[in-house]
Amino acid sequence: MVKVNGDFLDIAGKTLLEYLESTNYDTRRIAIEKNGEILPKEKYGKTKLEDGDIIEIVSFVGGG
Amino acid sequence: MTDDKLILGGHEFNSRFILGSGKYSLNLIEAAVRDAGAEIITLAVRRANTQKGENILDYIPKGITLLPNTSGARNADEAVRIARLARELGCGDFVKIEIMRDSKYLLPDNYETVKATEILAKEGFVVMPYMYPDLNIARDLVSAGAACVMPLAAPIGSNKGLATKEFIQILIDEIPLPVIVDAGIGKPSEACEAMEMGAAAIMANTALATAGNLPLMASAMKLAIEAGRKAYLAKPGRVLSRGASASDPLTGFLRE
Repeated sequence: MVKVNGDFLDIAGKTLLEYLESTNYDTRRIAIEKNGEILPKEKYGKTKLEDGDIIEIVSFVGGG
Repeated sequence: MTDDKLILGGHEFNSRFILGSGKYSLNLIEAAVRDAGAEIITLAVRRANTQKGENILDYIPKGITLLPNTSGARNADEAVRIARLARELGCGDFVKIEIMRDSKYLLPDNYETVKATEILAKEGFVVMPYMYPDLNIARDLVSAGAACVMPLAAPIGSNKGLATKEFIQILIDEIPLPVIVDAGIGKPSEACEAMEMGAAAIMANTALATAGNLPLMASAMKLAIEAGRKAYLAKPGRVLSRGASASDPLTGFLRE
């Protein structure tokens, strides 16, 4: 299982890009951290998700 | 007045009103930016939502500098992490450091803020630290490479005005960086007063978000900030400790 933004998902084996394409994330507007390290956009396609990976996907929201 | 610029990390701004984008409709952002005359707008970083298709960046006019904050950070490490993610989002090097350990008063943790400032300034960020107005910490922030200091006027979202006025004045007098009054300003008169004191800019969010008419309040704040800035540059006249001083000639009276 891979933990994405707090939820456990059965997506081990896919690349990060494959996972993202199966969702509604706007890839122009997100940044991703894998196991605490920032993952540059160009690596999404080469990054294979493994059991135990922790992924954080963030974007901007309103704030002060 | 056109050469009276606000300079942050080598970037020049004409507007001295930094706008928040929290707690109001995305549809109001464009009008708020326009009526505030703002050139900088703050944002927060949160887990992305797959449900809604709309992103705040689509609502911010082009040419506006984005100032991500590190809200949600409870210590320097978390603030650094959020700042790096914000930069990865691809909207520049500005960051407002905001580190809080309690959710009741939302007061900034000055010590952790200095630590985060030092790390992020070395990484090339334009660091704008939100802080409790303490002279020693402000000096530490200067040494750590901050681009300005952002003392609070009153607790975040309180609209209580310049509760820390005396201490903000000390920072203005002693700190060789822009002093941007952040948090607590609720009314244009308070923004104007801070600018008259020599504040370099005002950051406001809740004052607008809780106003009955947001764009109108944005416009009122803008005018107040400009008035206060001009008054500061004009150098306000002296105050008599007692008595009066006639404004009219004391000769030529129509008597005797």
